[in-house]
Amino acid sequence: MASVVFEQIYKRYGTVTAVKNLSLEVRDCEFMVLVGPSGCGKTTALRMIAGLEEITEGRIKIGDKVVNDIEPRDRDIAMVFQNYALYPHMSVYDNMAFGLKIRRMPKSEIDARLAEAAKQLGIDQYLHRRPKELSGGQRQRVALGRAIVREPQVFLMDEPLSNLDAKLRVQTRAELIKLHRRLGITTIYVTHDQVEAMTMGDRIAVMKDGVLQQCDSPMEIYRKPVNLFVAGFIGTPSMNFLPGTVTESIDGELVVDVKAFTFDIPAEHKERVAGMKGRKVILGMRPADMFDASLKNPVGVSARNCLTALVDVVEPMGDIVTAYLKVGDAGVCEVDLVATLDGQTGAKSGAKMSVLVDVSRSHLFDAETEEAIY
Amino acid sequence: MSERINKSPIGPVAALVIGSIAMLLPLGWMLLTSLKTFPEVLAYPPVWWPAHPQWNNYIEAFRQFHFAGYLRNSLFLVALNVTGTLVSCTMAAYAFAFLEWRHKNILFGLLLSSMMLPGQVTVIPLFQLYVKLHWINTYWPLTIPSWLGCNVFGIFLLRQFFLTIPKDYLNAARIDGASEWLILRKVIIPMASPALLTVGVFTFVGSWNDLWGPLIFLHDERLYTLPVGLMNFIGMAGTAEGTPWHLMMAVATTMMLPIVMLFFFAQKSFIEGIATAGIKE
Repeated sequence: MASVVFEQIYKRYGTVTAVKNLSLEVRDCEFMVLVGPSGCGKTTALRMIAGLEEITEGRIKIGDKVVNDIEPRDRDIAMVFQNYALYPHMSVYDNMAFGLKIRRMPKSEIDARLAEAAKQLGIDQYLHRRPKELSGGQRQRVALGRAIVREPQVFLMDEPLSNLDAKLRVQTRAELIKLHRRLGITTIYVTHDQVEAMTMGDRIAVMKDGVLQQCDSPMEIYRKPVNLFVAGFIGTPSMNFLPGTVTESIDGELVVDVKAFTFDIPAEHKERVAGMKGRKVILGMRPADMFDASLKNPVGVSARNCLTALVDVVEPMGDIVTAYLKVGDAGVCEVDLVATLDGQTGAKSGAKMSVLVDVSRSHLFDAETEEAIY
Repeated sequence: MSERINKSPIGPVAALVIGSIAMLLPLGWMLLTSLKTFPEVLAYPPVWWPAHPQWNNYIEAFRQFHFAGYLRNSLFLVALNVTGTLVSCTMAAYAFAFLEWRHKNILFGLLLSSMMLPGQVTVIPLFQLYVKLHWINTYWPLTIPSWLGCNVFGIFLLRQFFLTIPKDYLNAARIDGASEWLILRKVIIPMASPALLTVGVFTFVGSWNDLWGPLIFLHDERLYTLPVGLMNFIGMAGTAEGTPWHLMMAVATTMMLPIVMLFFFAQKSFIEGIATAGIKE
């Protein structure tokens, strides 16, 4: 096992810079998820580790070794591709054994490794089949098995679950986590799915336009996004963003005025906002931090920040209900909000309801720089 | 849907039948002529069916015609050309499709532009070149070019096919530790077998039927191939009555058999297409 270190990595294609000044350390045995929208540079970064893309500038180290000029085959990595890339003319056995045969491993050892991996992945009865005779989930396992038998220092996974149906994806997600725990191999996993990122990663590196935005544990990123992009990207449904201004209330306290209503600034953040009166800001509220005021209030949520909202659409999910709300005067200062309410809520489309907001969990971003103020 | 089912297929079927007859008629005429007597061949109005099929024509034709020698020469050239073309075109197409090198596309364009030149334009300089190399009246001019990737169409066809193969197969193999050479042999060639078969069949037919090359570069009758030998039949085998068309057609029919058999066996692979089940689109 080994760590993977990006040191000021740049990747340019002509005038386009796909990865800008990426510095990141993936620790030994860590499960790191690179996440971001399409074209953010996450796959390019992964392919640079694999040696499938040249590095324009900077260094990549696997363990103690700088691998910039080392061929993919000599990097001791294994990769699982989005489309699996199983050789269609070979059986499952031959697909899995391909890399080992090239390395001239004795047949007995190849058989032993394959048998173990196939058993772990539940594909031992398909070893003689061709990929086209397997279902999507089985092919995915074979692709995984091909990587496992190599016993590499680092696993690279490029959206390996994106071709599976929703149910199988959830199931395989859990299996991948278990597999990582069991093998303890450093894994770098690329996805655009923030749910995968949140549920699988020891740490998540969020990228946008080739730039690393934030790298931290899933909950830390969820709770303390460093900018507007990360705040909006992580979390489902997305955080509500309300443009506003820092103003002073009648009682002299600083508040955020989003026209439709004003919000208190949490006591612990008041110091940071001091002196920002008149600053254009964006208030961020997670849908999960809004509550139906008619139900029992969650502990610690003040009744002071209560809104009257018109329920536009209700999406019942069983244990929770996603409500699309309109707050403020229509045509003047109306804003749209999304709230995930308790399943017990009586919210109905077209009806009004009172919504409590846990301001202590709200976020504030500078409207100009989009950086988090708190 | 119902409209499609109810639509009468008579029109397209009739067109196909007419097309097939137009194609088969000369072949049928050749086959029938090969079984006629000489007077039947020359009879006017033409006689379609031979009164008594003359199977002996075949024996007679092979007695008069150095079939075995020509066949051996033809097979030798075909084998060398098909192998050479497949080897050289596959490697060239791999380089054009998958490897990164400077001016690759310019060179490919130049290569394609050479297809625009009719063979007749280059025959004199080629002849002069081969004279200087002392290759005239040898098989070198008829075989070496195929080993040097001179079948531009083959390179083009294979390159286009290779480009449809997802790059992830190559990347997976590279990470697995395969060299480019191994990737070509173990991954690309098995996946490209329909395209290789197509190029192989084209080369086979081209080489088998080639009259132009052997006619120009070979003088020694012992080196002749079937088409040149067949052409010489017209002059050399002439009797007092003229060219023995019935014997010539017997040879032509025999010459056609390998091609027919080749298409018969290769047809399935032609239409089968590549199995890309390992890649989920």
